[in-house]
Parts: sequence; structure tokens; C-alpha cells
Amino acid sequence: MKLTGAQILVECLKEEGVEVLFGYPGGKVLSIYDALYQDDFSHIINRHEQGAVHAADGYARATGRPGVCLATSGPGATNLVTGLATAYMDSVPVIAFTGQVPTTLLGRDTFQEADITGITMPITKHNYLVRDVADLPRVIKEAFHIATTGRPGPVLIDLPSDISDGKTRFRYPEKVSLPGYKPTYNGNFKQIKAMASALRKAEKPVLYVGGGTTISGAEQELLELAEKTQIPVVTTLMGMAAFPSSHRLALGMLGMHGTVAANYAVTECDLLVAIGARFDDRVTGKVETFAPQAKIVQIDIDPAEIGKNVPVDIPIVGDIKKVLTDLLPLVTPGDTGAWLAKTGAWKEKYALSYERNEKYIAPQEVLEILSELTKGEAIICTEVGQHQMWVAQYYQFTKARSFLTSGGLGTMGYGLPAAIGAQIGRPNQLVINVAGDGSLQMNIQELATIAAYRLPVKVILLNNSYLGMVRQWQEHFYAKRYAGTFLENPDFIKLAEAYGIKGFLLNEREKIKDVLAEALAVSGPVLVECRVNPEENVFPMVPPNGAINQMMGVMES
Amino acid sequence: MKHTLALLVVNQPGVMARIAGLYSRRGYNINSIAVGETEDPKVSRITLVVEAEAAHELEQITKQLYKLVDVIKISDITLDDSVERELALIKVKSSSANRSEILQIVDIFRAKIVDVSRSAVIIEVTGTQDKVEAIIALLKPFGLVEIARTGKVALVRSAVRA
Ligand SMILES: Cc1ncc(C[n+]2csc(CCOP(=O)(O)OP(=O)(O)O)c2C)c(N)n1
Ligand SMILES: [Mg+2]
Repeated sequence: MKLTGAQILVECLKEEGVEVLFGYPGGKVLSIYDALYQDDFSHIINRHEQGAVHAADGYARATGRPGVCLATSGPGATNLVTGLATAYMDSVPVIAFTGQVPTTLLGRDTFQEADITGITMPITKHNYLVRDVADLPRVIKEAFHIATTGRPGPVLIDLPSDISDGKTRFRYPEKVSLPGYKPTYNGNFKQIKAMASALRKAEKPVLYVGGGTTISGAEQELLELAEKTQIPVVTTLMGMAAFPSSHRLALGMLGMHGTVAANYAVTECDLLVAIGARFDDRVTGKVETFAPQAKIVQIDIDPAEIGKNVPVDIPIVGDIKKVLTDLLPLVTPGDTGAWLAKTGAWKEKYALSYERNEKYIAPQEVLEILSELTKGEAIICTEVGQHQMWVAQYYQFTKARSFLTSGGLGTMGYGLPAAIGAQIGRPNQLVINVAGDGSLQMNIQELATIAAYRLPVKVILLNNSYLGMVRQWQEHFYAKRYAGTFLENPDFIKLAEAYGIKGFLLNEREKIKDVLAEALAVSGPVLVECRVNPEENVFPMVPPNGAINQMMGVMES
Repeated sequence: MKHTLALLVVNQPGVMARIAGLYSRRGYNINSIAVGETEDPKVSRITLVVEAEAAHELEQITKQLYKLVDVIKISDITLDDSVERELALIKVKSSSANRSEILQIVDIFRAKIVDVSRSAVIIEVTGTQDKVEAIIALLKPFGLVEIARTGKVALVRSAVRA
């Protein structure tokens, strides 16, 4: 029997075990929507295509399975761009299908035509414009394979409407044949031995852990490595949930808003082991002063990451879980006592702290209490800004895949739709979006999606009436000229209630715990608006392109 | 320093755009790019001449190219024993008065005159990039009207495939 391209698409999704599709309809995907409808395929209608792609991304980050989204041609497709770039920067397996004008009208500026494969070339791992319906099963098979293997990333498939409507015999290929795509999984054993020997010799080693650890599912191996060798661990924003925040060996986040202990340790270490981390400028600060005395080991599945920003002494290309598994039998407990005493003393002396203020709620305190109330076990999504950094600093993560945040692109508007995807992928987990007042309004329409599907997402809004992170830079580097950063905001509680979501107002310090507890106990979605100190800053802070051990706003305890 | 890279890529629409786009996006310079089918119609060969100062830079370019799903193989053949050729068509102003002078130059370079009109000739030359540059320099005083160059193509001499 012959199937239409649209039916083939649905069959392929089933073959790949896709349980849900996030999307938004339009003229050039009518046949696809019809096929989904006829098949009763589970589908979430977001309220904006950006919401759909971030939801697919959140689903993928929370579950480890690929997230899939669908948009129509032209404006639908271009609305995916920010979400694809977000997924690309953080190596998230997202598969995006877009409608397109029929092949016969391509290239003629047809109504709702946009060259989406051209536009997304630099922000996808790979993309396809399907020109023959007979190619469709192969293309979809390849797309899932490429998105989920090696260093994961988004893949886009553009489907002209005559392809969705065209008919062919359907057979899903069993294997892919991609002569130019062969990721390396096993680390070179000689290099792994060299790493083991470097670990043995080091007196002041540090494990520098990034998001690749989570992608590889190597949290357990990392924990074993750290404990067996007694080496302190610093994490990137993307690596926060890969190692328990309250562990004795955890020094916290490094970089621009890192802890003093993490930044001092990296500056003084004699061996830095980068595990799925890419030496981003927000981490290194001024590169010349980054880990200046250290021998550097880097483990990454993407060969292009090795030595990209910082020269590496022992490069290991491979999957982190595999490499650490091979490494573990070779390592011996090191004599790091003196070093741990030193890093431990920094950790204590320069513990993160903030000023409590009679007049205002400190956002940090809200997050400390949130962390306590949820025992660090919730899935936390964030938007982008100060609130995001405070989550990284104050939430005590205990579980892998529990911190969903746009690290590489820094996309405001990511958190709310990502929470939708996370809640759908992990229906029994508590999913919280910690938001800023600016960011929340970038995809606020997704409150409608949350209400419509009765998703019990909890939104904790830290409202400072500012684009706080930008205001902080203006305070320090532009003599407090707050250009364009004060926000005259709507009544968020009324807004939530208009969407059918229960709102809570928190504006007294004494009530933080009670209000949060009450809100978290609600079985449906809630929005808690916390009126926080408008001029609070994220500290410590490394000034742009400064050395990471020279931080502003350091407090001693 | 200039490097010659020989790429084998999947013969697919868009592959040139991916490669050229990657170069401009990552801030690298391409001196020339030449593409054509190989003995296997599913595979194309691209010869790239690129500028890279440090070894580190070339390594990054190569790794980034390898990340493209359509790129099968990359060889830096700069230092290999290889045959390198470029073809150029050079249109030069010419009148009966100076035609023999031009012919002399054409002979020395074993080039060919492939078109003659009243006021111009078109010269076809094949050779290394140096040779092409040299003949262009010699023809310049006559007045260059237009030039079309293919960019370098190259193959390594030995029986193995690069
Ligand atoms: C889409 C997008 N636009 C602009 C920015 C620049 N930016 C970074 S943080 C920030 C302020 C965010 O404000 P808010 O969401 O209120 O969070 P706060 O910093 O106040 O906690 C801005 C505008 C961005 N990261 N993303
Ligand atoms: Mg704000």
C-alpha cells in the first residue's frame, strides 16, 4: 500500500518511539496535521512556534530522548530559529519539521516561502530539504540518528507540501549509511593511561565538569572518579546538575558568577581535567590567565572542541561515560589532602552570601528556601538573567537532568516552554520555572498551553521590575545610567488568573516559606510572584575579560 | 601560509554552501575553491586553497569541516607530491600591431589563443598557480579586459587515494 508523505512522517515518528509532538499548524502543514489527527497521534499545540521548539528542547533535556516539533512554512519556520540556535549551542537533540511551498514553486518568493534550510544551516547539526517523497523515510531515519548520536544537536527537515501529499510505498530503513558521519565513542587507551598517570602525579588537581557529562549519562562514573581520587569538582552552568551540589568535593560553579573557591582552585591547580566542557568565555574570563599553571586534560566527543580555545596537553576524543569507565580501574586514591584542606578553607571562608534587608525580599533567600522545600529534587527550568545565576548558585541540585537552562545562547523566554516539555516528558516530577519579569514576558503566551493541558508547572517569578542582569552591568560599567532596563510590568497575578492559573503574591520576607509551600502543594499550575529587591546584584562577579580569580563583590564569612 | 586541502564530499545540493558558509562564519579565508564529480558520481572532489597562519588554525578549520555530515574526507596535500593545475581564460586588448608580441608570450607559456577579435584576444593557459600569475603579469601591460580562473585542482601522485 502506498502512503502519503504526511502519513509516512507519522509512521516514522512511531518507528522512532516518539510519544509526543510539539507544534503549531498552518497552510503548508495541513496534510501533516490531518495525518496526525487521523492517527490520533499525541500532539501539543503551543501558542507560538518558539514555544514549540523550546518545549521539544525541554523534553529532550529532561528525558534524554529527542524532542520533536513541527511548524508551517515561512513565518512558522522562522519562529523556530531562536529555539534551534538554543538547542544547537547546548547540544540538545531536537528534530524540527517545517512545511514548505511545493517544489514546483520553490525559489519564486511564493506566499509564505522562506529558505529555512539556508537560514538554519549554521544553527543546526544538519538539515534537509526533501525533494522526493521516496527519500523521506531515509531522511527521517538519518535525522534521528544524527540528532541523537555523537555530540547531539538539532536537525531540521523541510517538507514541501507536494512531498507531504505525494505517495510512495513505505518502508522504514533499518540502517543509516552516512559515509561522512562517524562519531568516535571509545577514547584512545594510551591517552586514557596518560590521563591516569597525570592524575596520580598531580598535587592540586581539579575536575572541570560541563554539560557533556549529563548528555553522556556519566554522572555515576564522575562521582566514582571524584570520590576515588579525592579531587575537587567545579561545574559549568550546564554541568551544575551532573554532580551533587552539596557534595563535600563540590566547589560550585566556576567563571563569571562562579564561587571564589571554584575560581581560586582553577587558577591554582596543577592539573585541570575538562569533562564535556568547552572553555567558554564565560568560564575562562581572560584566557591567558585561566588555569595558568595547569596541565590540561580534555575529554570530549567532539574533536573540534579539543584545543579550540585553550591548548590541551592530553586530548581524549570519546564518549565521557565510556572514557571514564575505562579510566576508573586505572586510578588510585591520590594524596590530595593538603589541596582539599586549602580548597575546603576557601569554600568555607568565601561561602556564597547575600545581605538580608528589612525592606525587601532577597531573591537568593527565596531560592534557598525553594531548594530546601523541594529537597533539591525538582526539575528546575530558568529563563536568562540574574535569577538564572542565583538558581545556579543557591539551588542544591541532587539529580541528573534536573537543571534546564539556556547556557550557550542565553535565550530569555526559554524556561516557560521548556518547563512544558519537561513536565510532559516527566509527568510525575515537580517541574518549576524560575523566571525573571523580563524573560517571562518573552513567551508568556505559553501560560495558555500550560492551562489548556493542565500541566502542573510551578512558575516562581522573581520580579525586580528590571532587566536585572543588564541593569547590573549598567550599575557597574555605565555609571548607573539605566537605559532601557526599567520595566513597567503588568499585574502578573491577574494575568495568571486570566489564563486560569492560580496566582500567589509574595511580598513579605517572613512569608517566603509558607507561600512557597502552599503554592507547591497545589496540584495544578501556579504562578508565584515574588517582589524582590530591585537593585540586588549577582556576586561574585568577574568583570568582562578579567582574570577569574579577580572578582568583584566577594564577601568573607 | 597557503594550504591546499583536498576534500571528498557527498555529491548533494547545498554542500558548497555549507562549506563556504562555515568559512565565512568562523572568520577564515578561502583563496579558491574548485569542485567537480569524481569517478564515483555520488562523491564530489573539492580543492580548497586556504590561508592559515598557525598550525592550530588549520587544525580548527579541518575539524570544523569534518563536522559537516556531508564531508567524507579531508587531506592537507600542501606538502605532498602532487600535480596541481589551474585553468585561466585571459582576455587581453590586442591590435594587429602587438599581436605577435602577445603570441610570443603565449608560446613561452605553452598557452593557446582560443579567440581573436579585432581589438582583443582570449588566451587559455593551464598550469600551476604561479605560472598563471606569471603570464597574467606579463600580459598586463597590453591591457587586461577580463579574466576567468577555475581555482586550483590537485591530485596526489602516488597510487593511493588522498
Ligand atoms: C532574547 C534575549 N534578549 C535579550 C537578552 C539580553 N539579556 C540578558 S539578561 C537580560 C535581563 C533579563 O531580565 P529578567 O528576565 O527580568 O531577569 P533578571 O535579570 O531581572 O533576573 C537581558 C535583557 C537575552 N539574553 N535574550
Ligand atoms: Mg527582572
